[in-house]
Amino acid sequence: MRYVDEFRDPELITKAAEEIRRLADAGKHYRIMEVCGGHTHAIYRFGLKDVLPSNIELIHGPGCPVCVLPMGRIDDGLAVAKQADIVFAAFGDMMRVPGTHGSPFEHKARGTDVRIVYSPADALQLARKNPNRHVMFFAIGFETTAPSTALTIMRAKDEGIQNFSVFCNHVTIIPAIRAILDSPDMRLDAFIGPGHVSTVIGCRPYEWIANTEHLPIVTSGFEPLDLLQSIVMILRQLGDGEARVENQYKRVVPWEGNRAALKVMNEVFQLRPYFEWRGLGFISQSALKLRDEYALWDAEQRFTIPNTRVTDPKSAQCGEVLKGVLKPAQCKLFGKECTPEHPIGALMVSSEGSCAAYYNYEHRKTAAAMVTGIASVA
Amino acid sequence: MPAVRFRDPQIEMAHGAGGKASRRLVEGLFAPLLSPNASGPLGDATHLIIDSGSLAITTDSFVVKPLTFPGGSIGELAVNGTMNDLAVSGAKGQAMVVTFILEEGLPTSILEREVRAMGSALQRAGVTIVGGDTKVVERGKADGMYITTTGIGRPMPQVHVDARSVRPGDKIILSGPIGDHGITILLSRGELDLEADLSSDTRCVLSLIEAMAAEAGPGIRWMRDPTRGGVATSLNELARDCGLGIVLSEEEIPIRDEVRGACELLGLDPLHIANEGQFLAVVAPEYADVALNALNRAEGGEDGVVIGVVHAEPACAVLVTTRYGGSRIVDMLVGDPLPRIC
Repeated sequence: MRYVDEFRDPELITKAAEEIRRLADAGKHYRIMEVCGGHTHAIYRFGLKDVLPSNIELIHGPGCPVCVLPMGRIDDGLAVAKQADIVFAAFGDMMRVPGTHGSPFEHKARGTDVRIVYSPADALQLARKNPNRHVMFFAIGFETTAPSTALTIMRAKDEGIQNFSVFCNHVTIIPAIRAILDSPDMRLDAFIGPGHVSTVIGCRPYEWIANTEHLPIVTSGFEPLDLLQSIVMILRQLGDGEARVENQYKRVVPWEGNRAALKVMNEVFQLRPYFEWRGLGFISQSALKLRDEYALWDAEQRFTIPNTRVTDPKSAQCGEVLKGVLKPAQCKLFGKECTPEHPIGALMVSSEGSCAAYYNYEHRKTAAAMVTGIASVA
Repeated sequence: MPAVRFRDPQIEMAHGAGGKASRRLVEGLFAPLLSPNASGPLGDATHLIIDSGSLAITTDSFVVKPLTFPGGSIGELAVNGTMNDLAVSGAKGQAMVVTFILEEGLPTSILEREVRAMGSALQRAGVTIVGGDTKVVERGKADGMYITTTGIGRPMPQVHVDARSVRPGDKIILSGPIGDHGITILLSRGELDLEADLSSDTRCVLSLIEAMAAEAGPGIRWMRDPTRGGVATSLNELARDCGLGIVLSEEEIPIRDEVRGACELLGLDPLHIANEGQFLAVVAPEYADVALNALNRAEGGEDGVVIGVVHAEPACAVLVTTRYGGSRIVDMLVGDPLPRIC
């Protein structure tokens, strides 16, 4: 299969892993953060930790939109859907994410009209087909998904479709990276930069990371070879004492980003003064809301929002895991009270969350490795 | 009477998806209240001894939407699914009873089409319907029609399958490419705007199992048809029931490009996708070559392959390894497989 097989070629992967071993200074410990939840998922799914030397530590970053969404927002969205008797439409990713009184699926079982859609355009189509029902699209995601939400809202306005609105939870990646770097207990050597987000925003927004923080950042694809090549590029920069923005994912990411996508985002959205991130707290100018010209399609303006605030239980150490201070399995709740089926903390809720990825793919492997010699000990 | 452990406050779609939630419901509520004295792992069919005669019995309900899809339809599934459950328990289907739950307003032409599809499948399987029941529910209360079939079969004398007989070193045989059915259904619902030249793998696997059993019967330790929840869920159940580790080699698992492509796009794992015409068999190492040869020589078994080996570790888990040395644990399906979008 094109664009997949060549990036999973065992021979090339082995070569890249050898190159990483050659470049990594055995006396040093490297802490590299992959920002994007898609990367976290890929690292565990492909078992890449097994092929990396032990002095390369991958720290899982904040780029999982489902994970960083505060529970209060889900509560608000579901409460509105129930009170106003409207359709709650969202991506499949959201459906098992628990709110205080259960996930969207649990609300569906209790009678709320919850629908899975595969794009915001599908939600708009639902509204067209059901003129007597109001369809609210519960929008999540970074700059990856925000343009399609924006375009859908523009289309709703063009067509004068009034039984459609968006409950906007879109967030932006740069403030989250800044928050991570501002955290006092954080020490990183480099970043594996977001892949899909960068298709929209390009590589320039990362230049401050290289210029003022003096850390290399390489935007990366999601296949095993992409990630290993990005680590090679990072190690080369570190070896040469350099800190630059590099683009490994050239087949998809244009350096300048996608101007058309940025334009529609700017047309429809403006920055919120601040927004709460699960595990990271309030971050200023880190999220998007609809501009006043689109107020008619803004669920937060059309409906009464309870503005629920839910604090995660203190025992869940999501913040520490999110910032890479703790490994998923070092959290007191990991695998006991907190599992993908019954997540308590943010990072267990989405398959891209580091705890869920670790639980699904890595957890229980260590014993196997020692006995069968099949997998190296991570 | 054993305690009811099922604590979920209400039934959700996940409880019927064949994964972890389904298992919790069956083991936590149905089993303790309905068969408190049962022992041993839950299989696809049960072999009973009545008056010194042995018979196999199983039942299955079919609620597929849409009713027809490339490669098959609900009527055909309702026969093959139940025959396959008998086959993987080591029994040959002999007779079947059927219940139709029909929705008010269902066109007779559709009903007739599905009954004809059942008839053809019955003829191919050499089974007759010996009884049945029909109920009609109000419009909107069923997706056109639901079918429940109960099959009775004769145990094959040379085959005794039991997860507890599985040993380290045993080989895991898979009969053919996985994921065709689940992805076909997902695409034929038309919600994804994806098209692929793909059809369901629905078929009766009895002849393949008979071919294997004829030459390697005593070596067959366990079989399962990986329907809802896919290969990953079936093998996790095996791992748990035998207390051993199932180690798969990713490169050996046959998956069509169309299925891989759809799974890559949607963020699904083909190991979690439903099949309706494949089976998994654990075979003692000394019988593995013979069993695989017999399967490959049988019509429709050409793609059968060894996909893994049973190890002592990781205990009660399934590990997938790759040629470049990476590995991952693959768990049971949690709920319905949901496309990952962002």
